[in-house]
Amino acid sequence: MAEAHGALAEQFEELPQQQEASMLGMWTFLATEILFFGGLFMSYIAYRSIYSQAFAEASKHTIVLFGTINTAILLTSSLTMVLAVHSIQENNVKWTIRHLLLTISLACAFLVLKGFEYRQDLHENLWPGPHFKTGLPPQAQIFWFLYWAMTGLHALHVTVGIAVLSVMAFLAGRGKFSATYYNPIDVTALYWHFVDIVWIFLYPLLYLINRSS
Amino acid sequence: MSSTIIPKKIFIRVWAALLVLLLLTWSLAQLNLGKFNAVAALTIAVAKMLLVILYFMHVRYSSRLTWIFVAAGFIWLVILVDLTLSDYLTRGWVPGVPDKTWEHGVWPAPQKD
Repeated sequence: MAEAHGALAEQFEELPQQQEASMLGMWTFLATEILFFGGLFMSYIAYRSIYSQAFAEASKHTIVLFGTINTAILLTSSLTMVLAVHSIQENNVKWTIRHLLLTISLACAFLVLKGFEYRQDLHENLWPGPHFKTGLPPQAQIFWFLYWAMTGLHALHVTVGIAVLSVMAFLAGRGKFSATYYNPIDVTALYWHFVDIVWIFLYPLLYLINRSS
Repeated sequence: MSSTIIPKKIFIRVWAALLVLLLLTWSLAQLNLGKFNAVAALTIAVAKMLLVILYFMHVRYSSRLTWIFVAAGFIWLVILVDLTLSDYLTRGWVPGVPDKTWEHGVWPAPQKD
């Protein structure tokens, strides 16, 4: 096991131990990410419980078609991500790279759609401030502040994900990974699935609840 | 640890289940179910999250130690939500204390449901 082309860092006894350590490290980072987004989700819950009617009115102006397609895109990108890990476990570098590139493409498609959606939102004056869309209760601006903050922070995470995935695809192309050593891809996958999970909650909270009330 | 390779067809099935849940949650949102709308949407979101965590993030096949690390992240989130809501949801429970404290500050008054 331990002979795999210098993949084993010297503080570890064997590769499985190194693998587990990197998984635990990533989950620790994700715990901080859960709380990072958790603060925004908490704001949403608190303000929604106070201004439930204004939130219901405000959320009817999100574009559910964009949100739904983007959810499907991100869920699919999680599949291609997990297949990239699967491919490298089978020592298939070619398909690892292909799946990584597919994941990157889907992530880019998500951002492009989000961009079109943002343009439409801005066109309808849904940016909180003095020029905010008329005819909505003033507290609707709180909803729209949270919309921009949460989807913006999420989009930033998607962008970082694209950068990291690109590095992984590059390194895989340089032959850095094999079935015995693929920790960086595994760790990147955990990050990517986390970004997917955040969206899994943003989608119902911003687009679905009160859609037809 | 994750030396046993998870069969590819499991991932395909999980992905199909996720898309079915997406369709389900979108369909339910088209109906007016009152408070049940929020309950249904969030229940489905939790189900999707569990599928992603258990299979895509292969926690189901990971060590007990990993389970503890995963749970720890969520326990802190529960503390955050629980302690905050124990303030917001209990305002007005104490006799003689105004139940809508924000009405006395600069916050706009909340709307009645």
